[in-house]
Amino acid sequence: MFNTASTTPEKLLQMFAALLLFAAVMGVILFVASRLGGRRGDKWVGYLYLLPVVLMLSVGLVYPGLRTIYESFFDAAGKAFIGFDNYKTIFTDKDQLTVLRNTVFWVVFTPFVATAIGLLYAILVDRSRFESFAKALIFLPMSISFVAASVIWKFMYEYRPDQGRVKQIGLVNQIIVWLGGKPQQLLIDSPLNTFLLIIVLIWIQAGFAMTILSAAIKAIPDDIVEAARLDGVGPWTMFRNITVPSVRPTIVVVLTTIGIGTLKVFDIVRTMTGGQFNTSVVANEFYSQTFRADNQGLGAALAVLLFVLVIPIVVYNVRQLRQSEAR
Amino acid sequence: MTTAVPLPTATAEAAAAKVKAAEVAKKKLSSPWASFAVIVIALLWTIPTFGLLVSSFRPERQIKTTGWWTFFSDPTLTLDNYRSVFGAEGGVNMADFFVNSLVICIPAVLIPLSLAALAAYAFAWIDFPAKNVLFLVIFALQIVPIQVTLLPLLKLFVSWDLSGTFWTLWLAHSTFALPLAIYLLHNFMREIPSGLIEAARVDGAGHVSIFFHVMLPLLTPALAAFGIFQFLWVWNDLLVALVFAGGGNEVAPTTLALANLSGTRGTAWHLLSAGAFVSIIVPVTVFLLLQRYFVRGLLAGSVKG
Repeated sequence: MFNTASTTPEKLLQMFAALLLFAAVMGVILFVASRLGGRRGDKWVGYLYLLPVVLMLSVGLVYPGLRTIYESFFDAAGKAFIGFDNYKTIFTDKDQLTVLRNTVFWVVFTPFVATAIGLLYAILVDRSRFESFAKALIFLPMSISFVAASVIWKFMYEYRPDQGRVKQIGLVNQIIVWLGGKPQQLLIDSPLNTFLLIIVLIWIQAGFAMTILSAAIKAIPDDIVEAARLDGVGPWTMFRNITVPSVRPTIVVVLTTIGIGTLKVFDIVRTMTGGQFNTSVVANEFYSQTFRADNQGLGAALAVLLFVLVIPIVVYNVRQLRQSEAR
Repeated sequence: MTTAVPLPTATAEAAAAKVKAAEVAKKKLSSPWASFAVIVIALLWTIPTFGLLVSSFRPERQIKTTGWWTFFSDPTLTLDNYRSVFGAEGGVNMADFFVNSLVICIPAVLIPLSLAALAAYAFAWIDFPAKNVLFLVIFALQIVPIQVTLLPLLKLFVSWDLSGTFWTLWLAHSTFALPLAIYLLHNFMREIPSGLIEAARVDGAGHVSIFFHVMLPLLTPALAAFGIFQFLWVWNDLLVALVFAGGGNEVAPTTLALANLSGTRGTAWHLLSAGAFVSIIVPVTVFLLLQRYFVRGLLAGSVKG
């Protein structure tokens, strides 16, 4: 039951066995809880309901998290204590500095561009005849995996050598040729390649920004708009002085949310370049160091760095939410 | 943490009742330039997918020698690429990976959903010492990036002799889902009028029967939203699969198969295009059928991972 299932019937059997086992555990919990009658037993019912969750989170999240922080102070093999050397490597090593630079590019560009496109699109299609269809088109990339999105864009960027009878099969290079340029190995030149990868995440996240901002735009009270219109306000002023200020808290939430997701971007980099050609980012470097280069210490330090970078964004996000709720 | 983002359903009513700011802004912006911008964005967002979709039905030789846009002047269709990814070529059989994805997803959705519902109920409606502290800790755990947990967790699984089995994926995905699921379901449960629960208690119902007979029926939309979100998150995941199922093909999901294919046969576009569409058919179907729930779940859980 706990071995590796290799045929389809075995796999399905194992799945049903697991679900059955889980149902049995739930059954025991609920049975015991139902025996703990009266208001006095309440406390124990509460603990019982939380028991599996606390167990899983302690073993699967808290312990590994603390362990990783601890291991970030050890060398590659995890044997010798080396203090902050791994962190020093991240901030001084040439390759690691490229990783940091790329991560900055990602985090600066993705949220702002994706949000700007999402906002523009949300305003333009709002209440138009094709609104839901137009929105679905932009939102669809959000539902597919980052891996599939990467394959889709890798095909866009595909390069064929610039020789007489060879035709381009990637649309981007074909457009370059149509415009009279020479086809490029797009994913090889740094830092251009990082921006080409960033486009993929923007392509995915714009739909998210658009959906949330669209909901916020629809919630702007009409009296504000009416008043502005009576004053003869033009479209640009309306956008700048009414629409944007009204949805400002939402914009901040969208920006920070995409920012957090961008910090952890891994699938795109790994699928498109594998982190080669100076395209690696922190989350990808973490994976490479931990599981490919067998440098546990550095890998752990990169994971901790990711954690530390996420915290201020989350705190800011939560404070923004509090403020907008208090209003 | 994005849970306070206005959900579309919440604002939809307001939207219906009022004249909208954006409508006015839009009317004035409805210049040819505005339409032009909409069309450009819409094209940019659909053409990449469309190009690969067309390619997946073109013969291998044509994919490799001409651009997919030549399809319109020279239309040839074939299902050979799909036959190839289902076992005819290169030891790739998407059917196996497809089964793996399903086998991974179903428990990885049901288990955290049930456990989180129980825990959320306890936090929302039962009084016990240290409740608030515990809730705060679980709330805070949402921000832990899963990267921080992966290597120690892998070592644990190895020491439990579970490595390379579905159990690693089920346990890992379930655990990672819990903080957000508990937080969301708790918020939802708090909004249910306490009179309902009190009345049930007066009638002599215990916490088990209240959970099943009062709470669950009311909770269905929230469970559906989170369930769909979690399903897509697990289906589309690469990192967790790579770490815990990276060793062999036996338990690898479609995303991992596709990523490996892209890594080892990066120019085999007849395989990659068909493989990509096999792997996205499920999330796209879910999206098209359950768009309402899907959007809600996505809004609620967008910071996960």
